[in-house]
Order: sequence, then structure tokens, then C-alpha cells
Amino acid sequence: MTNSIVNFANQHRRETGMLGLLFILVSITTIGTIEEGIEGLFNSMFLTPDNLKNLARTIGIYGIFSIGVGIVIITAGIDLSVGSLMALLGVIFLYFVTPPGTRPDSALARGIPEVSWPVAVFWILVIGTLVGFLHGLLVGKLKLQAFVVTLCGLLSYRGLARFYANDTTVNVGDASQDLSMARKLGDGSLGDVLYGNAEKGMLHNVPMTFIYLIVFAVVATIVLHRSVLGRYIFATGRNELATKYSGVNTGMVIAIAYLIAGFCTAFAAIPFCIYTGSVQPATHGAFFELYAIAAAVLGGCSLRGGEGSIPGILIGTTILIVLRNMVNLMGYPTPLSDAITGGVIFIGVLVDQHGATGFKRLFKRKPKAA
Amino acid sequence: MENITKRFPGVVALEQVRFEICEGEIVALIGENGAGKSTLMNILGGVHQPDEGEIEVAGQAAKIRSVSDANALGVGFVHQELNILDNLDVGANVYLGREPRRLGLINRRKIAADTRPYLEVLGLDVDPETPLAALSIGQQQMVEIAKALSKDAKIIIMDEPTSSLTLSETERLLEVIHDLGKNGIAVIYISHRLGEVNQCADRVVALRDGCNAGELRREEINHDAMVRLMVGRDLERTPSHVSTRALDSKRFTVSNLRSSLYPNRKVSFEVAGGEILGMAGLVGAGRSELAQAAFGVDPPLEGCVNIDGASLKRGSVKESIRAGLYLAPEDRKQTGLVLEFEIIQNITLASLGSYASRFGLIDRDAERAEAERQVESLRIKTPSACTAAINLSGGNQQKVVLGKWLSMNPKVIIFDEPTRGIDVGAKNEIYKLIRKLAERGVAIWMISSDMEEVLGVSDRIVVMHEGRISGELQRDAFGEEAIMHLAVGGPKT
Repeated sequence: MTNSIVNFANQHRRETGMLGLLFILVSITTIGTIEEGIEGLFNSMFLTPDNLKNLARTIGIYGIFSIGVGIVIITAGIDLSVGSLMALLGVIFLYFVTPPGTRPDSALARGIPEVSWPVAVFWILVIGTLVGFLHGLLVGKLKLQAFVVTLCGLLSYRGLARFYANDTTVNVGDASQDLSMARKLGDGSLGDVLYGNAEKGMLHNVPMTFIYLIVFAVVATIVLHRSVLGRYIFATGRNELATKYSGVNTGMVIAIAYLIAGFCTAFAAIPFCIYTGSVQPATHGAFFELYAIAAAVLGGCSLRGGEGSIPGILIGTTILIVLRNMVNLMGYPTPLSDAITGGVIFIGVLVDQHGATGFKRLFKRKPKAA
Repeated sequence: MENITKRFPGVVALEQVRFEICEGEIVALIGENGAGKSTLMNILGGVHQPDEGEIEVAGQAAKIRSVSDANALGVGFVHQELNILDNLDVGANVYLGREPRRLGLINRRKIAADTRPYLEVLGLDVDPETPLAALSIGQQQMVEIAKALSKDAKIIIMDEPTSSLTLSETERLLEVIHDLGKNGIAVIYISHRLGEVNQCADRVVALRDGCNAGELRREEINHDAMVRLMVGRDLERTPSHVSTRALDSKRFTVSNLRSSLYPNRKVSFEVAGGEILGMAGLVGAGRSELAQAAFGVDPPLEGCVNIDGASLKRGSVKESIRAGLYLAPEDRKQTGLVLEFEIIQNITLASLGSYASRFGLIDRDAERAEAERQVESLRIKTPSACTAAINLSGGNQQKVVLGKWLSMNPKVIIFDEPTRGIDVGAKNEIYKLIRKLAERGVAIWMISSDMEEVLGVSDRIVVMHEGRISGELQRDAFGEEAIMHLAVGGPKT
């Protein structure tokens, strides 16, 4: 038994190491936030039901689009357009569910009909998936560089979102249709959906986004690690030429990876926009693409491609979110949060690649030649 | 300089190996793949550090901790894979990393002037400002040597320098090596091509399994003696076999195929089932490009490929594979294998669909069973089928490529340089496999620059010259001279 655990840890060294890092972070945060009279476990602010519920909701949203970006990274690509695409899709989603009169005045606002929210969700998923597929065709078939293609996406979707919203905030509250079910499914908990808001039980602490993430993770794990498509994704990321010589349509494999990323982004965009209650197009989802890349890299995806796993990406996402929560709870100034996040990622990756000697090597002088 | 001794204990590459070389001496270092030749030379060249042992240069104990230490001691290394930057010109490559400066900027004029004499010594008639990309591989190799000379090298290590050279380039290189020796420069020459070794070496040092396996002096050098040292047993020489197979005519025909390298040439030929067609020619004659066009990776401009009378869709690898046309490419590491993948995953990559369930999930047990079957029947030397291909020797890697195709239903297999960089023992095994395939009725199209191989394995030979087939030889007309004659253009047409 112990033996098989050791073997497993050896085979998944990166994931195990990052799980260790996560454990350390959780311990520090738990101990660091102990205060008399707090209702959480061990009197820790970190372990209160409300905080954990919030964490789970955020991990759910970030995890879903990080899985998409992670899959793209495994094909040796990159997707920088996630955050901007979420802003644009957020604006479009709210246009769909609000009456035309309440929208900011723009061509897009005038052109989009008001539909019931399930139809709006459907269209958002379709648009996101198509945008992803377009990125994929440009990268996989036309062999444009992924960085450039998605960088253009990053700039243009953000610009379009701001333009079509007249740079003003679009609110969920403007909807005249009944969005209570959408709210429950997007921002509520499993308990809310099953038993309504009245009762408060255990399941009321399990956010729906977290449930979605679990579903995404299970499906993605099976697809990536057990299916033919998954094998092709890894093979293409490792050595596209050799894969092509084996008769695999590598351009299409790449296109499908971006399509998956587009779908994941679109799926995450909806609960995120319901959660925030409004879309401020200039800042909505800003830097999300970088959090996704950070999560994937922390979780063992190599930017050179061909390496990574879904459990790793989940652990990476969790580390990021816990870190930010830690900065908040422990009373560090919020602006410092990104700096601390950056530092921890760096140390994590350095230690992972070089062990503790990494630091020494970084500062070691080369001996002069004789 | 003499008495370069090193010791190496333990599991890795080398065990107490001793090696010495004198001024102006040309020593050939031979051994099967994995015998430790490259490791030994990497230690001398400063790439690796020995765990134990001493190095002496010119009677002085020396510590070589880095490549720059090695350079300072006069050790130059010409690697098998050229370490040149083809976006820079000749001079810039020669002086890379130690550019002479003027006012903080690179002094281009001085580079050109300083480079010229080295090029002259090597008989390389190009301007130092020619971009490297415009040179042939042979010329690029000379630039590497010029680089070593310009660093004032006293010992030049050449790791398989001729593996991608044409015959005449090889001749030229051997002459240069000879001249270097006469000028007092010691040359360590690593090669699998025993004919070349025979031609140029003053002494032969053989390694086997990381140990010294013996030495031969000039007068003792001959093919059989070298093979004996390398493999530690007598080996049957490449048998020139007589084909007794029944040929299934016109299994595979290529008609009017135009590839991107020579867009104005149309090539047509056919291979019968059970026949091994050797395709000889100089490097750059367009053979690999033709194979890639036929296979569909590099779509042909025109022409078609037929298998058993059915014509294939042009430019689709998937289609070719479905029809039973497979390619074992020249560059195993880049195009033949996904190196970091396990043997299993490499073997099933082209036929993954047949291991998948309805929902596209892979049946891992079936996959592993097939891979293990191939490992066993091809006698791939590996701890298990889960070993990554990168950890195998060249010969075993080639067998994995073969295993990939044999696990399917081959009708035609194109071998592009099937034994490039593979040691003698493994070569013979590959030849046996090729023949066995032919006996099963598979049509074999074998591209090779190795004369012995083309002559020993083929049933019929076609020779290419600048994108066209310049001639065809039947078994009774086989001969090195006949091939060379056609390879350089053949009879005027």
C-alpha cells in the first residue's frame, strides 16, 4: 500500500510537489488567521463555511477556463484571449437577457433580440466555441503563431466589449425576465438548486460552479488521458512532425484544442458574469488568461508542449486562489496580492525544476577557465 | 600530447577507459552504439565531467570543466549534428562567441579577413560572407572544422562527420583530415563507416560496453578485425543474397510524380510485391523529397501513386496509411518517433483507432499487448514496453518505427536511410527484417546512401541524379562504379 503510494508520487512528481505546496499554504493560512471567537474550524478565519464556499466558487470559475487553456498549452500553444473573451461574452450575454431599452446605445445592443436566459446561454456557448475554433484553425491550419493570434484576440475582444457597451457598465439587474433559476445555477449552491433558498443545509455550502468544475475535470481527464483525441493532443504537443508522419491530422487536433478552450471560457463566462452582477467591460476578466497560464504551469504543463495533466491544472488553480485568499485574510494590502502570487509561482517552479539547489545555481559564479 | 587517461566507475557509460593520442596522429574511435564513444569524447570536449580519472594534455594534468576549458587546451569538437547557425554567414559562425570588436560593434571586415585563411587550408572555396544556408552540408561541415582551427585547436574530435555527406564530400573530408594530421593536428575520428576508417586512420581504438576493447595499428586495420573488436565476436558479413522470391508485379507504382525540390522533373517507377528496390544517389538528388511526396507529407505537385491498381488521394498521409503505404523516415528523432513517448504509444500512434472503444477511449491492455508482441518479435532491447523511445539506442529506435508499421498491414514500406547512425550488429538485424518483409510480399522501396547497403540488400537499384532517375541496374549489373557513374549524371541524354 505505502509502496504503491510512493510509486504513484514518483510518477506524478510535479502534481505531488504542488500538492505539498498547497498543503503548506493552507496550513499557513489556517494558522495565520486564528482568532478568538471565529466560528470556523480551529477558530480560523480561513476555515469558516463562508470563506470556504467563496473559495470553492472562485476555484470553480477559474478552474473551468484553466482546463481549456491547459489543454491548449499541452499542444504547445497558448491562449491569451480568455479574459477579453469573457468580457465580450459577458456583454453579449447581458444584452440577450435584458430588454433593448435598458442597454447602452450601440449597434450590437440594437441588433441583439431579447431572449430567455437558457437560449442566451446556448448562444454564448456557441459563440465562444466558434471563436475558439477560429483561433484553432488559424494556429493549426494556417500555422500562425498562437501567441500572436490570441494576442490579437486579447486586444480586439476587449476593445469590442468596451465599444459595444459604450464603455459603461451593463447590469444583470436590468433584466425584466425572471432570472432566479439562472442565479441559482450560476451563483447559487447545490442546496439552492435542489431545495431552494429557504433551508440551510450542508449542500448549501457547495457552489454550483464547483460542481461544474468537477464535471469538467472528470470529462477532461478521461478525454485527455484515456481517449484517442487526448493521445493525439499530447503527441502533437511533443512532436507535431512525427505525429503527422503517423497519419494524424495535427492541424485539426490543434484546432479542436482551441475549440475546447473556447467552450470552457464561454461556459465560465456565464456564472462569472452572474456572480459579479454586472459587466464593466474595461476590467471584467482582466488578466484571467494569465491566471490560467500560471495555473497550468504550476500544475505541470510545459509551455514547450506535450506535458501536463488535469489534476495538475486543478491543483495549480487552487494554489492561486488560496494564495489570494491568504493575502486578503492575513491583512496584507490587496495590491500586494499579485506580487505575492508571482513570487510563490516562481519559487514553486524553480524548486520543482532544480530542487533546493536552484537558488544556489542562480547566484553561483562560473569558475574562470584556466 | 599524450596519455589522456580517464577512469569511470559504476553503472554509467564508461569504465576505466584509457585513451591517448599523439601530435599529428589520426585515431579512429569505433564501437557499437552505446559503447561510450560519445561520452568519452564529451568528457574530453568539456561537455561532461568524469566521475573519476585524470586527463593530461602535453604532460600536464588538466581539468576540463567546461567547453571553454577544452577550447583553451586546444580541443575542438565537430559534432554529429552540426552546431551551426544557418541564418548567419560563414565568418560569423567561425567567430561566434568571440567576435572581434571595434568601438563596441562587431568588426565584420576583420572577421572576413581572419576567416579566409582557414577556409583556404580546408580547400573551401566560398566567401566568408556567404550565408551558411547557401552551403551544402559538406561545406557546412568544413565551416565547423574551420571554427575549430580558428580556436587554435591541437586536437579535433569529429563525431560521425560523414553521416550526411555525399561520396565526393566524404573523399574531400578524408583528404582534409589527412592534411590536418600532416600539420601536426591530432584528429579523433568517430565513425560507423569502416571503409573510411580503413582509408584514413593511423590507429583504431575500439570501445565495447564502456570498456576498452582493443586497438589496431595501421597495418592491422581491416574490416573484419574492426568488426571483431566492436562486437566481440565474428559477424557474418552483409550477405549478398540471391532473391528467390516470387514477385507480385506492379504492387506499387509511382507515375509522373513531381516533388517540391525539383518541380520540373517527373519521376515514374514501380516496385513489385516482394521486391526490394534500392534507390541510390547523392545527397540532394531529391530521393527523400520524392518519398515524402509519395507518402503525402509534402504534397506532390503532380502525379499519382498506385497500390494494387488503386490510386491514392494525393497529399494525404492518412490515406496512404489506410492503403498500406508506410514511411520509415530518415530522421527518426524528428519525424519517425515521438521521442519522449513510451514504446507502446509510439507503436500504436498510427493505428490508435483500432485500439479504441466506441467512445474513443483507448484500450490500454490491447495496446500494451500489441507493443509487447512487437518488442518481442523485433527483439527490441529494452527493459519494458513502457520505456521512453529516447532512452533506446538508434537501432532499437528504428525497430520501434518498424514496429509501428508492422503492427498494421503493410503493403509497401519506404525506408529512407534505414540504418543511418546504427551500429553494425543492429544493421544486420534491420536487413534481415527488411528481407523478411519482402518475403511476406511487401514491396520495399529503400533509399540509401550507404553503398554496401544498397548493393547488399536490393534486388534492383535505381539511381537518382538531380531529381530524375538517371538509370536502373539489375542484379547482374550491380557495382559501386556503376552506381557512382549514374549518381553523377550517367550517360548524357
